Amino acid sequence: MAVYGEEEDWGRVAQTHWRGLGLTDPIKSVEDKWLLLPAFLKVKGLVKQHIDSFNYFVDVDIKNILKANNKVTSDVDPRFWLKYTDIVVGFPDRTDADAIDKSVTPHECRLRDTTYSAPILVTIQYTRGKTVVRRANVNIGRLPIMLRSNKCVLTGRNEAQLARMTECPLDPGGYFIVKGTEKVILVQEQLSKNRIIVEIDPTKGVVQASCTSSTHGGLKSKTYVATKKGKIYLRHNSIHEDVPIAIALKALGIQSDKEILLLTAGNHEAYKSAFSPNLEEAAKLGVFTRHQALEWIGSRVKVNRRVVGPRRPSWEEALEALATIVLAHVPVHGLDFRPKAVFVATMTRRVLMAMDDEKMVDDRDYVGNKRLELAGQLLALLFEDLFKTFNANLKAAIDKVLKKPSRTSEFDAFNTMQFQGDHITAGFVRAISTGNWSLKRFKMDRAGVTHVLSRLSFISALGMMTRISSQFEKTRKVSGPRALQPSQWGMLCPSDTPEGEACGLVKNLALMTHITTDVEEEPIIRIAFMLGVEDISLATGAEIYGPHTFVVNVNGSIIGLTRYPARFVSNFRRLRRAGRFSEFVSVYINHHHRTVLIASDGGRICRPMIIVENGRPKVTSEHIAQLKQGQLTFDDFLRKGLVEYLDVNEENDSYIALYEKDIVPGTTHLEIEPFTLLGAVAGLIPYPHHNQSPRNTYQCAMGKQAIGAIGYNQLNRIDTLLYLSVYPQQPMVKTKTIELIGYDRLPAGQNATVAVMSYSGYDIEDALILNKASLDRGYGRCQVLRKNATLIRKYPNGTFDRLADAPLDENGQVQKKYDIVQTDGLAGVGERVDPGDVYINKQTPTNANDNSFTGQAATVPYKNTPMTYKSPVAGQIDKVMVTDTENDQTLIKVLIRQTRRPELGDKFSSRHGQKGVCGLIVNQEDMPFNDQGIVPDTIMNPHGFPSRMTVGKMIELLAGKAGVLAGKLQYGTAFGGSKVEDMSRILVENGFSYAGKDMLTSGITGEPLEAYVYFGPIYYQKLKHMVMDKMHARARGPRATLTRQPTEGRSREGGLRLGEMERDCLIGYGATQLLLERLMISSDQFQVDACEECGLLGYNGWCPYCKSSKKMAQLTIPYAAKLLFQELMAMNVVPRLVLDDA
Amino acid sequence: MASSSSSHLPQSVFNPRRHVGVHAERVSDVSSTEFPGHYPGEDHSWNLAKFKQNLKVSVKRLSQRSVEFDLVGVDAAIANAFRRILIAEVPTIAIEDVFVFNNTSVIHDEILAQRIGLIPLNVDPRLFDFRPPGGIPMDRNTLVFKLNVTCERAKKGSSSPYINEYVKSGDLVWEPQGEQATVFASRPPAATNPDIVLAKLRPGQVIEMELHAIKGVGKEHAKWSPVATATYRLHPLVLLNPSKPVPPEHAQKFAKCFSPGVVEVSAAGEVSINERYLRTETMSREALRHKEFEGCVELKRIRDWFIFQVESEGPYTPESLLPESIKVMRGKIASIRAAAEALLEDSQHLGGGVGPDADGDVNMGGQ
Repeated sequence: MAVYGEEEDWGRVAQTHWRGLGLTDPIKSVEDKWLLLPAFLKVKGLVKQHIDSFNYFVDVDIKNILKANNKVTSDVDPRFWLKYTDIVVGFPDRTDADAIDKSVTPHECRLRDTTYSAPILVTIQYTRGKTVVRRANVNIGRLPIMLRSNKCVLTGRNEAQLARMTECPLDPGGYFIVKGTEKVILVQEQLSKNRIIVEIDPTKGVVQASCTSSTHGGLKSKTYVATKKGKIYLRHNSIHEDVPIAIALKALGIQSDKEILLLTAGNHEAYKSAFSPNLEEAAKLGVFTRHQALEWIGSRVKVNRRVVGPRRPSWEEALEALATIVLAHVPVHGLDFRPKAVFVATMTRRVLMAMDDEKMVDDRDYVGNKRLELAGQLLALLFEDLFKTFNANLKAAIDKVLKKPSRTSEFDAFNTMQFQGDHITAGFVRAISTGNWSLKRFKMDRAGVTHVLSRLSFISALGMMTRISSQFEKTRKVSGPRALQPSQWGMLCPSDTPEGEACGLVKNLALMTHITTDVEEEPIIRIAFMLGVEDISLATGAEIYGPHTFVVNVNGSIIGLTRYPARFVSNFRRLRRAGRFSEFVSVYINHHHRTVLIASDGGRICRPMIIVENGRPKVTSEHIAQLKQGQLTFDDFLRKGLVEYLDVNEENDSYIALYEKDIVPGTTHLEIEPFTLLGAVAGLIPYPHHNQSPRNTYQCAMGKQAIGAIGYNQLNRIDTLLYLSVYPQQPMVKTKTIELIGYDRLPAGQNATVAVMSYSGYDIEDALILNKASLDRGYGRCQVLRKNATLIRKYPNGTFDRLADAPLDENGQVQKKYDIVQTDGLAGVGERVDPGDVYINKQTPTNANDNSFTGQAATVPYKNTPMTYKSPVAGQIDKVMVTDTENDQTLIKVLIRQTRRPELGDKFSSRHGQKGVCGLIVNQEDMPFNDQGIVPDTIMNPHGFPSRMTVGKMIELLAGKAGVLAGKLQYGTAFGGSKVEDMSRILVENGFSYAGKDMLTSGITGEPLEAYVYFGPIYYQKLKHMVMDKMHARARGPRATLTRQPTEGRSREGGLRLGEMERDCLIGYGATQLLLERLMISSDQFQVDACEECGLLGYNGWCPYCKSSKKMAQLTIPYAAKLLFQELMAMNVVPRLVLDDA
Repeated sequence: MASSSSSHLPQSVFNPRRHVGVHAERVSDVSSTEFPGHYPGEDHSWNLAKFKQNLKVSVKRLSQRSVEFDLVGVDAAIANAFRRILIAEVPTIAIEDVFVFNNTSVIHDEILAQRIGLIPLNVDPRLFDFRPPGGIPMDRNTLVFKLNVTCERAKKGSSSPYINEYVKSGDLVWEPQGEQATVFASRPPAATNPDIVLAKLRPGQVIEMELHAIKGVGKEHAKWSPVATATYRLHPLVLLNPSKPVPPEHAQKFAKCFSPGVVEVSAAGEVSINERYLRTETMSREALRHKEFEGCVELKRIRDWFIFQVESEGPYTPESLLPESIKVMRGKIASIRAAAEALLEDSQHLGGGVGPDADGDVNMGGQ
């Protein structure tokens, strides 16, 4: 810029010297390295975590489950066996029996309320008589298929093909369609399994190390090693009493006290002295040998065995419990308890370390200690449970047949299998559609696992796919799990979390995160041994805690020792970068615990990063050029070892430069792009780095309520409720995220010209002023489409519902409310529906539920059960669909549309958490105008700025205005974007003030305004909260039957409650007559006859108790009071009224 | 402040009382102070002769669609009244009722109807009556158009794969009713711009509707506004301070702070204002932002010199818009005058004389 030329030149010169580089040095920055991000998203998609997890389940995990449960035998005939040899999930198809074209699209399932599922096919081998029979492709049930997964028909299709299937190319997939509704299995956050977590309870002074074991069988148990009165005990649910640690170790085969001490405390004096009481404890209890220890534990093991047999000696019980239940994930091969003993010793040592130095505890909230559970894992558990039940049922059925002494034909198990019903199919559908994952077998009982995919806007659907819900209780008031964790950087979005009770517990993934799936650990262990790791079972305590040794862990189990951890880790990484094993295996050194940790388990969060070697990023400009030309994909970058995935733990072991200029000799990695630390939803905000942080969080919540475009197939959808914008626009100020997620193609908002000024006083408290002419021309106009569905049912007694044409009144005319019903009994498409109109003229047989009916179905009398339009505002019939459901019932869906223009009280918001309702609609001629005659669409009160500190919004206006003048879109990408200085220059070049403030003229007086007004385009979203759906008033109306009081709530046309606090005010004021009117006369006033003699209620001037009408009096009481008297009488309490003339 | 002697502008322009001050962060003197009793010893009561002498209207630019004219010597209230009337009260014809017989396009009936409503029509509204709400459509108050479009697949080899891919405003077909055929014989009613896209169709989709256009005004709905915009700005004025000239080394930079041509720089680096280009100055206030120009320049606008910019939407020629708005204004004045006279008459009948009653309220309307 010419104006600042001098100052800037000086600054630049100073800067280059400061960086220690000569002026002539070449600049070697990697231009456009952010292009790796679209490349990443192209390969992985926006919801890769869900799809990867599901793919892993259907391709790998389901086979493992089959392998673990692959045999069905018979108790009756020992020669019989049935073996599953293979399992395959097919592609989604149609289940209709007479279907010719079996192919099915997800959209058809949505419309027809069916399930988008594919058959599960197994190959079986079994004995038939003396021969072994093999059958392939035996259908055992159907699995709901995740959209855009390997098995989905949409995968790998281009836009034209998707259009033919009425599917939106921007839809991310990752959800299921079950009974016509779109269901998402939310990502669940859990503490990682099989790892030791050490904690201190500061109030009790208790140090405990805990480890939740989880094996592939799904069994979970938690083992603790904890201090109690200065001594250490092993605690487990299956043992009644806490086991002194020395006894536990002795039972695990470490008999000598010396060895116990070496394995736990090593040669560390402080640890030794802290541990010594434990050895005394064992001696005091008289436990010296392994056998004694086992006996001690065995007498305290909970035995839950139903099989009646000879009671086993207690040492045997103890042996079994220690081998299979306590720390179940540590394998015990052939009664070799050494690894388990070392594990318990390690836990003990961690307790000792924490006792000595209370900083040596673990952080539960550290993201590296968390694992995310996805759809695939949950479905795997469900499938295993269902498959086991299926096999048990199959076995019972086979036994039943085999029990019969003589058969006409040879027994074929295949036939029995065919009659097994749809246990698996129904199980999946039930679990996904209700969200209840109650698997007794795995002690799992979770509700609310699935949610209906919110289709309010494109962003709300996308936001739901990246959501992570925590298992943590929402009601508890602990701040730790809710707080922003430094380790969330780049993995979880710092802005996108709800407000209120779920704040910080519900999180969202950042843009570039990936969640790992399980990787087999045996090959990893072999590689570790090949790289020089010594087997742990050969090591003694002295070696394990030797001065130079590091313990090597794989997925929490201790496998060996190494004396050269740095060399080992770098060699290991080199092999990973060369692609010798999965890129998702992480390795890092923990210097505090002197361990090398290798992780290959599923559910870790990781993200890609550019590798830096010798102070130079391995990705160069040439690579990016090749990427631009499409010669390289993201996977090539991985394969060439230019880019690698780091999980949270390995990230902590790396030195990552944010920008290329920050690279120093020790740098190991370079961030691909800093804005990827935000998620997809927060990525919509322009200049978020200029906003106060809570504003971005508010916008994340509001972006999901914005009305806009839902998908390219939005007009083909029949959703319960659909909000659409009539003229959505892409924002003038975009971000790179917006382009990556496709928000510019499915926007939810409009670029409104905003004047930041005060106008009329109807703009206080964030209210907005709207220009009437803008509304006339279509600004903020939206459509609301509502589904109304009904079934034309067939009843068990042979009768059925029917559709009828409009009935005629006495004059032979069609009644007004039937005027849109056509001869088929359905309203015509395009007709206007007024309140009270009938749009489905359905009739139901009067004896539909009479199962004794045997007559002719055609002759039964019918009653009208029409569907009537209830909204107070007229709508249009948008669509009528008649179809069959899976169980052959006729389904009718009618979509009714309303087109709404903004009105007073409708809610709007910019992209900076600045929401407001429309306070006044002003004629165009009354609006202020600038020199060009431009009139604002919206006037915003400037008081919205100082306390909110949404500077990003101001810059958005400036950039938007410059963009309009220059005729191009500007960028407000986080930590970058168009610079304010450039924007100001464009404004000045076009004859505007550099500050974005214009001189306006009042439209009312015609004189110039005495202040300059900040004036330009800001992207405004219309939110779904509209007064039309909320306004409510009642003079008189329906009452509840029981209490005769007015009903409650807008939907029931209810009354407005005068609550306790309002009542208190009236009492305090002494307005007795008003109280009487509000609480009785206007509510449930009731005339009763009461007897002055007995004080009981009578009727018609007659007291049934006194059998007299002499002393009856009439009085007015609330009906609720009368009800109370009657209820008391029903409970044998006599309420007597004492009547007296006041 | 001194003025340049060889000025194209009338000398009275440099009268500080006519100036609105444009400062770096505020605008000053926005209201006229020349009203009776403000300046001691000066008579500012309204005077027709003086008004006539001061009033100047001159058209500066006239094109088919827009006009730029200067209105000098009136109060902001008058100029603003014309602007407001142009936007909101000069009547035009626009489509109000849409009868949909068939619409299988993707665009919904009510949205298509809204779009159709906004089409500017070339009909002279003076030939029409207002149709009262609920009134019967007649040839004097309603124009009928038909919009029947069917999209088909084009024969191979044609430029576009479809016939009638776009429904445009030119597809409206006028159906003369009653005497309309003769009245509009010279200029058949149609959209001013035949290329406005109303909807996009694909083969098999049909739009079939009848459209009724009626007379209305812009304050009812923006579609009846005869102007795309009617606006004015005050004539800019840049005054150089002779006692503090612009430093010659910054002269070019100074010139860049203004619209092209406004500031001239001589070979010696002397700065002068070219008054011919002065009206193009956008008042970006860039010169006030830089320290080196502090005190060198003052920016002003002339309070009673309105540069009007009016863009017509079609029914009126741009030059006839101001007379139309004056007509509307005269109509309003006439009705106020009639009401005022009726009031006067009433009070004389009652004999109580004009003036407030006991409550101090003036009774309007004569009831």
